[in-house]
Amino acid sequence: MQVNISIKRHNPSAPDNNTYWEDFDLTMNDTASVLDALIKIREDVDGSLSVRCSCRSAICGSCAMRVNGHAKLACNTKLSDVIDADGRVTVEPAGVMPVIKDLVVDQTLFWDKVKQISPWLQPDGPEPEGEYIAPNSAMMDLAGVMNCIMCGACVSDCTVLEIDKDFIGPAALAKAYRFVNDPRDDQTQSRLIELNEITGIWDCTRCFECVEVCPKGVAPMERIMSLRESAMEQGLDKTVGARHADAFTDSVAHSGWLNELLLPLKTFGMFNLGAMMGLAPIGLRALLRGKMPSIFHRSVPNVHRIRRLVKKIEENE
Amino acid sequence: MLEHDVLIVGAGLAGMRAAVAAHERGANVAVISKVHPVRSHSNAAQGGINAALTDRGDDWTDHAFDTVKGSDYLADQDAIEVMCSEAGDDIISLEHMGVIFNRDENGHLGTRAFGGQQKARTFFVADFTGQAILHVLYEQLMESKVKVYEEWFVLSLIIEDGECCGVTAIEIATGRVYVIRAKTVIMCTGGVGRLFEPSTNGLIVTGDGMALAYRAGAPLMDMEMIQYHPTTLKGSGVLITEGARGEGAYLLNKSGDRFMEKYAPNMMELASRDVVSRAGQTEINEDRGIDGCVLLDCRHLGEQLIKERLTEILSIGRDFAGIDIIKEPIPIRPGMHYIMGGIKSDIDGKTSVPGLYATGECACVSVHGGNRLGANSLLDTVVFGRRAGHHAAEVSKQMEYKKIDVKSQIKKTEMDLQKLLDRDNVGERWANVRTDLGVEIDKHFGVFRTESGMQSLKESLAEFKARYDNCSVQDKGRIFNTDLIFTLELGYMLDCAEAITLSGIERKESRGAHSRIDYPQRDDDNWLKHVLVTKTPEGPLLTHLPVTITSWEPQERKY
Repeated sequence: MQVNISIKRHNPSAPDNNTYWEDFDLTMNDTASVLDALIKIREDVDGSLSVRCSCRSAICGSCAMRVNGHAKLACNTKLSDVIDADGRVTVEPAGVMPVIKDLVVDQTLFWDKVKQISPWLQPDGPEPEGEYIAPNSAMMDLAGVMNCIMCGACVSDCTVLEIDKDFIGPAALAKAYRFVNDPRDDQTQSRLIELNEITGIWDCTRCFECVEVCPKGVAPMERIMSLRESAMEQGLDKTVGARHADAFTDSVAHSGWLNELLLPLKTFGMFNLGAMMGLAPIGLRALLRGKMPSIFHRSVPNVHRIRRLVKKIEENE
Repeated sequence: MLEHDVLIVGAGLAGMRAAVAAHERGANVAVISKVHPVRSHSNAAQGGINAALTDRGDDWTDHAFDTVKGSDYLADQDAIEVMCSEAGDDIISLEHMGVIFNRDENGHLGTRAFGGQQKARTFFVADFTGQAILHVLYEQLMESKVKVYEEWFVLSLIIEDGECCGVTAIEIATGRVYVIRAKTVIMCTGGVGRLFEPSTNGLIVTGDGMALAYRAGAPLMDMEMIQYHPTTLKGSGVLITEGARGEGAYLLNKSGDRFMEKYAPNMMELASRDVVSRAGQTEINEDRGIDGCVLLDCRHLGEQLIKERLTEILSIGRDFAGIDIIKEPIPIRPGMHYIMGGIKSDIDGKTSVPGLYATGECACVSVHGGNRLGANSLLDTVVFGRRAGHHAAEVSKQMEYKKIDVKSQIKKTEMDLQKLLDRDNVGERWANVRTDLGVEIDKHFGVFRTESGMQSLKESLAEFKARYDNCSVQDKGRIFNTDLIFTLELGYMLDCAEAITLSGIERKESRGAHSRIDYPQRDDDNWLKHVLVTKTPEGPLLTHLPVTITSWEPQERKY
């Protein structure tokens, strides 16, 4: 198989214009991975190519990088799946984090966020003599998150982190899920209070990017959604995010669709003058473009069927 | 001046367990590792960790006997007694730290069967037990705020007046050289898998600690004992966990026969690893394999069990062999996996060099002897990691820092590195030498060995060293220069290769993983002893040490 691999390189020792694309033409096995190609380059063609890798079996988490613009583990990405008709593929370092050299990024930001969620088990009281008794189903649910290899693919492609480096981010929040839902941990409430703050669980925009790129099926966004539910169940419903969710549900349950005019009022609070002023320009623009929702919010036809559905869901919960 | 009471080299399970233990005892502890701790190769341990818990009706002496028998009576029985009797407490403390072990229907820790053992006593987290424990130990490091020198590569141990009192190291991200002074240094650098081509081991597993200790005068023991794992994936050599056979998977030859019936009629697929590997290799050699492989068949285990307990190999099959293990058997062959030998150490991790400790795969206590049982390696790391951490911390309290001439240490190290970088770009690439060396050593130190094969390897080692001395580093920069690091690693691997080859030639019998066609029998009269290699100015020196026998006299070994 002929492959043309185009690598975004960065040489910090060069004086200027030290980021550039370089193409390599290689002959590879049909089953070869992107990592196999990178290893071949650094071993046989150009020893100065820097790339982190070790296990080659998607367990050490070293080789997360962007392949054709999206984060992947180079080791479990087959070349044949990513090359175009002309055998071309592009490889560049993971996003969000600063590049040290070539495909190696500085992961300090990644680990700082993990540390931010106090990622260790915090049980109350004395330890039992033997193990903690816990249902296997709860442990297996956590296994779905412990499966995370901290490769940083989700952080690389998180669309919120791209513009707001303060967001705790998908990997650390998935790790938080593991402690919030660990039956042995007794800090559930205080953890959720922390996570409920700005930069926490409500800052996710549900773009699904982290679910798409996670090589281990951890589905960070779904964990974040679950944390939101846990927070609201714990009565932590005074955040903008929680009120937004409530207002959304209320509107749909009542009229069958979203009351866009009422949503911001309920989310931010009618008397939150600052927030209301902040929204004014948006309202004005909507008005000018004829997109202002009607003041009279009508129910959808057959709304009673939607209400019945809502009732059923509530009963099931 | 960077200085610590206890400096731990390597951040896998042994290293981090030692760090947690030393921190517990109030020592100023730091960990130095060439990769971030969670990238360590302990990750790759899939199946589980052994312990005989008395409240499950198990007895640690049974576990100890299985381990003694598994070792082909080469392991020191006093060390095995320590490991097996303390195993239960160590499993429980891992659970208390937060490891999410699989449970039974009552919510207690569940077990699975593993090879070479009479009882199911392997505790596990699906089939990523190593990763699950490694990440929890890193959580403990984050909580205790232990200093981690992340992506620092150790270049030498500093020895003053015969005592180890620190290391020289390069910070990979900047290329800067440092001296770190320490009252005690614990080597926890893992094995030397990449010396073999292919191997199940990650690319970082290059015998650094063994070579550093060897260069510092510490003897390496039983280095000929190399474990070939019975089930590694065709082609890439990726590991397929013994847990698959523990859950009931079959080994089949090309006629579809469960060939283990011939070799181990009682334990079948769950005999000791050396036995199963020899069986598989014999089937392949005698033309009963398929294309250099035999088959591992999981199909009858059913989709639900595979998805719940063998998740990792389900995806390995899919991603690395393009097969669905629920529907198809997996082509596998024996492949290099582990080294039972290592830096000779005692039950507290102490080596013969004062101030220098070793634990985990890089050490040889010895609890694995001629053949390690599956799921005893994780146990080895946590029991002896903890013990070494505690001991080093206590000893450090009574010690003062030694005086080190930092300037001259750094100057000398800088000069050596610069010399390497300054070599002309006409020399051979390290990768060439490493691959050729790996293929050669796999050929002569595989499942079966002969005098002539090992002798020819010994002769070619001199050529490999000459080729190594002529290697050139293409990357001339200092920042994240992995080309330089790989070249240095190859130097470490060559030292390990020397010790392995000499030990292999020395042991004139077949025991455990050391299976010689020219000496097919175990010879307790002459070889119930350890083989040690020490580096001296006159060249490598071979010596012997008796095996410690406590309760179990050597018997014929049958499964």
